[in-house]
Amino acid sequence: MKQVHELDHVAIRFAGDSGDGMQLTGTKFTDETALAGNDLSTFPDFPAEIRAPAGTMAGVSGFQIHFSSRDIHTPADEVDLLVAFNPAALRANVDDVRSQAMIIVNSDSFNTRAQERAGYDQDPLPGLRRRFQLVEIPLTTLNREALHGLALTQREIDRCKNFFALGLLCWLYDRPMDATERWLCSKFSADVLEANVRTLRAGYAFGETTELFPTHYSVPAAAIEPGTYRNITGNAALAWGIVAAGARTRRPVFFGAYPITPASEVLHEVARYQNFGIKTFQAEDEIAAVSATIGAAFAGHLAVTVSSGPGFILKQEALGLAVMVELPMVVINVQRAGPATGSPTKTEQGDLLTAVFGRHSQSPIPVLAASTPSDCFDVVLEAFRLAVKFMTPVAVLSESYLASSAEPWKIPDVESLGHSEVVFAEAQDHEEFQPYRRNPETLARPWAIPGTAGLEHRIGGLTKQDITGNVVYEPENHQNMVNLRAEKLERIAHEIPPVQVEGPEGGELVVVGWGGTKGAITAAVEEARSAGHQVSRIHLRHLNPLPADLGDVLQRFRKILLPELNEGQLALLLRAKYLLPVQTFSKISGQPFKIWEIRECIEATLKEDL
Amino acid sequence: MATSTSAGQNRRDFVSDQDVRWCPGCGDYSILANVQRVMPDLGVRREDTVFVSGIGCSSRFPYYMNTYGFHTIHGRAPAFATGIKVARPELSVWVVTGDGDGLSIGGNHLLHSIRRNLNIQILLFNNRVYGLTKGQYSPTSEPGMRTKSSPQGSIDYPIDPISFSLSAGATFVARTIDVDAAHMRQTLRLAHEHSGTAFVEILQNCPVFNDGAWSDLQDRKTRVESSLVLEHGKPLVFSSKGSLKGIAVDQGVPSVVELADDDDPVERGVVVHDEHCETTSYAHALATLKRPDFPLPVGVIRQVEKPCYEDLLQQQVEHAIEQQGVGDLGDLLCSGDVWRVD
Repeated sequence: MKQVHELDHVAIRFAGDSGDGMQLTGTKFTDETALAGNDLSTFPDFPAEIRAPAGTMAGVSGFQIHFSSRDIHTPADEVDLLVAFNPAALRANVDDVRSQAMIIVNSDSFNTRAQERAGYDQDPLPGLRRRFQLVEIPLTTLNREALHGLALTQREIDRCKNFFALGLLCWLYDRPMDATERWLCSKFSADVLEANVRTLRAGYAFGETTELFPTHYSVPAAAIEPGTYRNITGNAALAWGIVAAGARTRRPVFFGAYPITPASEVLHEVARYQNFGIKTFQAEDEIAAVSATIGAAFAGHLAVTVSSGPGFILKQEALGLAVMVELPMVVINVQRAGPATGSPTKTEQGDLLTAVFGRHSQSPIPVLAASTPSDCFDVVLEAFRLAVKFMTPVAVLSESYLASSAEPWKIPDVESLGHSEVVFAEAQDHEEFQPYRRNPETLARPWAIPGTAGLEHRIGGLTKQDITGNVVYEPENHQNMVNLRAEKLERIAHEIPPVQVEGPEGGELVVVGWGGTKGAITAAVEEARSAGHQVSRIHLRHLNPLPADLGDVLQRFRKILLPELNEGQLALLLRAKYLLPVQTFSKISGQPFKIWEIRECIEATLKEDL
Repeated sequence: MATSTSAGQNRRDFVSDQDVRWCPGCGDYSILANVQRVMPDLGVRREDTVFVSGIGCSSRFPYYMNTYGFHTIHGRAPAFATGIKVARPELSVWVVTGDGDGLSIGGNHLLHSIRRNLNIQILLFNNRVYGLTKGQYSPTSEPGMRTKSSPQGSIDYPIDPISFSLSAGATFVARTIDVDAAHMRQTLRLAHEHSGTAFVEILQNCPVFNDGAWSDLQDRKTRVESSLVLEHGKPLVFSSKGSLKGIAVDQGVPSVVELADDDDPVERGVVVHDEHCETTSYAHALATLKRPDFPLPVGVIRQVEKPCYEDLLQQQVEHAIEQQGVGDLGDLLCSGDVWRVD
């Protein structure tokens, strides 16, 4: 028996060509890790090209997983183990490997040609031996040997080598493989199934027997709140939130979308749930997707459309109409790096101001942002709740980083999600229907759906008269309707929960964040506190309107630091609204924040004299 | 949508309380009056009826109908109508659009809504000019048309709404004229009867910016000579300058055949109108008949049956429920790999 070292936490990254199955390998390792009871956080990082030229830097696909015996917030700044399937994967990822940490390379792929294609002018391995614990394994050869005799082509056999590596890693970190084998059985049959299972087990056995690894590691289960758990990605959580919104309101859901990276998985996922009565409509373009969605809302469905930046901007004119006609619907933007086509698979928080101000004229809509993969579920439910209660379109912001990242999620009790009954307008005797007569509390107008006798009415984009909804051009009415729509958002500001400050309620520094930066900010603040600094933290879900007490809460701090993956969009809003000196910490590289980047910024901010 | 409950509805029930605000003499008045007159005959209750429009003169239409109505954004009415019809297949959904709204900014949505064959009616008012923006040339304007935006004449080649809809796979295509009340009402009835997307081009006059766009068809005296009234199973004959003529089609190319009084048109090669013809080549040949070389066909050009999008989608939903049972949220959340922490 080999020695077992217990570790507190480990971050590993699989990297190879985009055809090497790195995302699948990482996902399966993640599933096994979750079942082993660890807290975890993943970060898939892959190119936009489906198959970039093999062996080039452009085609490198990576999957990072951080798992731990305690609570963790991010996929980790550096990795403790890199598995590089070729020279390009090594070159693209080696800078993120902790000094003296382990790098496993597929030595079969390190020849002169492959090195040149990756941009190395000489063999990189000798140099790495000094800086890292380099383990060279002929993965391709070992996989071929394991699968000798199967009636598969060489190409088919070579495609299995990622499962050899997965088996090896499962041994190295003491993970079970049952879930992976179950998954393989459900996915493949005959020789392909046999090949994958055989090489998976061969990889595990190789770890046990080879002298390359004198020790292996265990990461004990984390102390986690009791409950039933599963792994969930942000995009799956968005889709399930949509399903849940329909189930909890007992209303049919209409889902309109046009395929776009990185939001398409939401479309794929929702399309699977027709047995929930959900009607999924793949539209001819982004504009049709939002337009059909608004049409379905008019007809009385819970309506939602999903996109990313380039599609979100195309939807803005129709969203302006939704504001004018005051219909409930949800528009989700899984943000990606821009401008223009930008980097479709890379993360950014660049669409906040577009969500808040993207329509022409004064056209306010509530904007919410999800902060973790599983939070996407809750945010969608909250968005539908506000949309229906206040009769308004609501925007939800997610991020590429949340979309494909996974974390363990304590499955909520369905009853705890609450019921919200949708109330449609009904005809009243002897009373003419007034489509813009508002609920005095929420300022919501009635939701009067076609098919209801006595409520026939016309809505549209032209300026509406208060109460009657008739088309009028009177100046006083126009001003009044603008004011009413603004006032509706004020009412929402008082509806949403007050600001929660994590840490002291006032003091030297508060770090404010929104969206997917929550993990990195939380970890950085924890580290700063461990170093003896007093730092508070606020993470905002509601970005428009902002919580009613936010200004008062921020006043209690001398310094306000706001890290965001844009040039300071929320900071701009906070400075303008509260006239407070909010400091921006900006990063726009297509990558999420590292914990150390924020921690250093916190320390620098604390040292600064105001 | 039982017919019985709509009994007793009359034209006035479909007239809203809003003042109609088109220019005096606009062809839209006649279209509105005929739609309001035909609605009580269709067996649909007004609360089950939705008129959807985009932007333009024609798109003010829903405000004047005492049904449900949605005046949306420029060019996108077919997409809004798609959402309404998919959500609520039992509703009678009518799209009102124009040549600019439907064929320029909204060409894509018109194409795709027709392609999907939703059971809706699309009425395209074609006056061959932009009216609401005060007189620019439109995608159906004739080449050389001088407008404020084309002082030397338009250099755009026009698109033909009938050819467009046929190419998009329309299952019902018809053309009628704003001033021919009886013909319009009959066409609207047939459009409503059709199961699938019914596309109706309505030739409409704009007295302010393109007066006389269809003058020879609108003028009662010249209409007989300038139009070819289509009737299923009847030969394509028309009278011109006092004599009878017919349309022959040879290898897809139409020509005019002079007929003597005692000629059998069919024997002379005149085509017998078959609106149910499976292939679209015949209907496309009809769409090429243009003034002044030919009379302009009016009536139903094509009518074929094909399953509707919203029905196919509903069937998928029912099939999914049959196969998997009615979705249960709790089961979904706990599906796949889950683990317990005690």
